[in-house]
Amino acid sequence: MRFRKRAIKHSYIAVCFLAPSAIGFSVFYLIPFAMGVIYSFTKGASAGSFVGFANYQDLLASDSFRKAAMNTALFTSISVPITIVISLLIALMLNQNIYLRNWLRTAYVLPLVVPVASVVLIWQILFDWNGAINSWLSNFAVERIDWMKSEWARVVLSVVYAWKNVGYNVILFLAGLQGIPKDYYETANLEGAGVYRQFTQITLVYLTPTMFFVALMALVSSFRIFRETYLIAGDYPHDSIYMLQHYMNNMFLSLDVQKLTSAATLMVACMVIIVFVMFSLERRFSSFTE
Amino acid sequence: MNRRSSIVKTIITMLLSLLAILMLAPIVISFTNSLMSEQEIGSNYDLIGQMAVDAASGKDAFVNMKIIPDWVSFEQYAKVLIATPTYLRLFWNSVYLVTFIIGGQVIVAALAAYAFGKLRFRGRDKLFFIYLMTMLMPFQVTLVPNYIIADKFQLLNSAGAIILPGIFGAFGVFMLRQFIKTLPNDYIEAATIDGLGHWSIFLRIIVPLVKPGFAALIVLLFVDYWNMVEQPLIFLDDDYKQPLSVYLSVIQEEAMGVGFAASVLYMIPMVLLFLYAETHFVQGVQMSGIKG
Repeated sequence: MRFRKRAIKHSYIAVCFLAPSAIGFSVFYLIPFAMGVIYSFTKGASAGSFVGFANYQDLLASDSFRKAAMNTALFTSISVPITIVISLLIALMLNQNIYLRNWLRTAYVLPLVVPVASVVLIWQILFDWNGAINSWLSNFAVERIDWMKSEWARVVLSVVYAWKNVGYNVILFLAGLQGIPKDYYETANLEGAGVYRQFTQITLVYLTPTMFFVALMALVSSFRIFRETYLIAGDYPHDSIYMLQHYMNNMFLSLDVQKLTSAATLMVACMVIIVFVMFSLERRFSSFTE
Repeated sequence: MNRRSSIVKTIITMLLSLLAILMLAPIVISFTNSLMSEQEIGSNYDLIGQMAVDAASGKDAFVNMKIIPDWVSFEQYAKVLIATPTYLRLFWNSVYLVTFIIGGQVIVAALAAYAFGKLRFRGRDKLFFIYLMTMLMPFQVTLVPNYIIADKFQLLNSAGAIILPGIFGAFGVFMLRQFIKTLPNDYIEAATIDGLGHWSIFLRIIVPLVKPGFAALIVLLFVDYWNMVEQPLIFLDDDYKQPLSVYLSVIQEEAMGVGFAASVLYMIPMVLLFLYAETHFVQGVQMSGIKG
């Protein structure tokens, strides 16, 4: 009985604490999103008639949408995991009580806080047709590569993404690594487990919750890559780095509300599924270790 | 054994230092290049964006990326600060937008994060999942309806169209909730027994303890909004209202040398804030990752 009373009281207080955020959040995010979903099923933005999935059919038939969706999917499923693995390797090395540890960590995180617009010039100088990288490569008699106007643009984008985001992941991984009790390793040593076994059976297992969190945050940051692409390559970059955000931006500029909202709805639906799967995997996993 | 491990340590340190140098290179090169005269910049980077490749001239057809300037000059900085009044104006725009967004979001988010992290109420986890999904969504997802709403509130082409959605962004709620969840419940229970209400608990116990969380959030929001490109491009028509993050590329295109100086000046507040708050920032980020 008493407990019930407390729960009710909490709800009342919770409303007070939540109200400012919830109101603004609804007005600027939730309601707009719901409106977008409705638009995606109608013809014409204002008081259009219901057209079912017609907009989605148009969307899926559109080449530029398929290209953009493909590029976004590739980037999140390849470049982002590679960055996470690199971050993990760096964190593992930093965790070895090496010299200059804090200085190195600072150096890895610093790119995160450097404004994208501030380093665009450097990317241009590096990756231009006449740029610094081609110049170095020519010393080894390697042909020039048109970095920004070929499939290589994907690689450039991945490098730029990794440069900016490795540090944040490293910080998170370091916390995860320091959270693993030292005596696990000591016991494993006594039992004669090798470095590799220790890594797979202890480190990776206990790092999994951190891994989920890193993956979640990496998903957030992977959508920020649009800024880099936009500032380096503009509205219409090379095909290989034309992302969903470019597509949506361009649909906005050409006032094609139907395509824009249906693309947005589809993207969110995919993300809800991804995050949902991630969460249920994590839940199943954490019930394993405890 | 000991000697071997110290050799391994040295090798790893060297490897990581090399990597650190590569990571810092773009920042350092921006800085040193900003100290070159317009003439030197011109002769080094004239070829950027030119397609002509002259096979006969071979190596000369490349840019010449230099780290150390021939002659240190503050000419570019003088041009940015004195000869380009728009620069300062737009710099101010950036400061103004970011300050209001961060100030607002930290307060609003802290309140909501306390509810999500420490209070029990129905639908809490579902509501939090919605916040989380919103945090993941790129800005373009709600572009059209946001535009319509901004239009209804007559916010178009004014800073409000950027500041208000910024204040209610979901990231702060997520970040601080993660942090508050890790705080032990004992404090709150003890305070409740002492007869403190939730409001006093929040102000006197939670807020002081969440300091690293605030530091991490402030730095991350600063990074995000100091960098913003999408929102101002859509919501602000007038050039003089744009933040520098958008306009910097225009300056860079006009004159590369000035562009370098402008870029460096633009990154200084960010870098200083980070170095100042680094310990708290790292602690805050790490604690946010502990509990799912």
